[in-house]
Amino acid sequence: MARLTDFDELGREYYESMPMPEFADTPWATAKPARAARVAIVSTAGLQRRGDRPFSVDSADYRLLPGDVKAADLVMSHISTNFDRTGFQQDHNVCFPIDRLNELAANGEVGSVASMHYSFMGATHPDKLERTAEHLAGLLKQDAVDAVLLVPI
Amino acid sequence: VGALGHYLERAGIPTAGISLIRLHTEKIKPPRALWVPFELGRPLGAPDDAAFQTRVLRALLALLEAPSGPVLEDFLEDAPGATAGGDPMDMEGMACPIRFDAPQPGEETLEAAVLREVRELLPWYDVARERRGRTTFGVAGLEVEDVARFLCGWLGDAENQFIPATDHALPALVKLAAEDLKVFYFEAAGGQPQPLTSRALADWFWGSTKAAEMFVGLRERFREDSDPAFRILGANLMVPREQWSRFAIHDPWWRRT
Repeated sequence: MARLTDFDELGREYYESMPMPEFADTPWATAKPARAARVAIVSTAGLQRRGDRPFSVDSADYRLLPGDVKAADLVMSHISTNFDRTGFQQDHNVCFPIDRLNELAANGEVGSVASMHYSFMGATHPDKLERTAEHLAGLLKQDAVDAVLLVPI
Repeated sequence: VGALGHYLERAGIPTAGISLIRLHTEKIKPPRALWVPFELGRPLGAPDDAAFQTRVLRALLALLEAPSGPVLEDFLEDAPGATAGGDPMDMEGMACPIRFDAPQPGEETLEAAVLREVRELLPWYDVARERRGRTTFGVAGLEVEDVARFLCGWLGDAENQFIPATDHALPALVKLAAEDLKVFYFEAAGGQPQPLTSRALADWFWGSTKAAEMFVGLRERFREDSDPAFRILGANLMVPREQWSRFAIHDPWWRRT
């Protein structure tokens, strides 16, 4: 339903007029096929562990989601009110597909699953995330991650 | 997430991202993206449908094999159950999650009405929590009745306002409490035996609860505040844009920024 025609007139106008960062070109890092790759999830759903610091307006930092995080410890502190949260309340995999990724790793379709995953608060302006993302790239390399799945909300 | 794709890829990490608003992805041109036709908030399509989620995940992982980019592919299968039961007409019948008791005779304040709803919902919330083995309530760190009292307090007499002891700045606590109250209502409605679409749940909450009336009041209250942090709460963070027409709200604040 996230077709622009699914929103009402104001909703369409909002998404159409939302300023987007501009990039002169698209970088390209050669990827391994999934069956050979160590894969991490980076979410922008404002996910966090219960008791961790909630996100706030314009948060440019991230929260850590360990690979063995229990579903019961996952909560959300995204600031936006303009997306459905009932799916997440029912099943965290609808926005953080960690169980599905582990299943694909168990049957060999994915090489392995990273020991750490990361969550941002997606309503923050992308420019503010640049430095954090560069820092994050270093952490991902330390964990020998070959590919990141970016999952919005 | 498109911009994160650029930043991580530039640092040498291959990325593949889900796209919910195709127009935004077309503008940002991240290295690898899979557009999905799902509702915002459900990037893998459907809760409790492992087979469907796995199909989305496989399509996303397959992008890693693209020889060059940027790649923007479409996942054209609609999410199961995305439209069924979404018709507001259904609210007259089986799809109405929870009907509240009629208020007691006499004057009932909005705060008393919201607290009454919360108490009526508690058994359903407990059932849902037990069945799901989890709850996403509690980020604000308050009990649910205190969440309701704190939020309603902004609409009443400032001198007797209930402000809990907290480490959070007040606007931040308002935001966390607002989401916690909605989590409580929506999880309680999820305790009902029949499965409900997100649309049916939203229609129930925004169309029939006193809590929704409170959020509309908070929106008005914060829109006029002298503190810009509260004005942001009012403009954009109390009532979802999709619900504005229900309350005759027309406030395209983004045209002014």
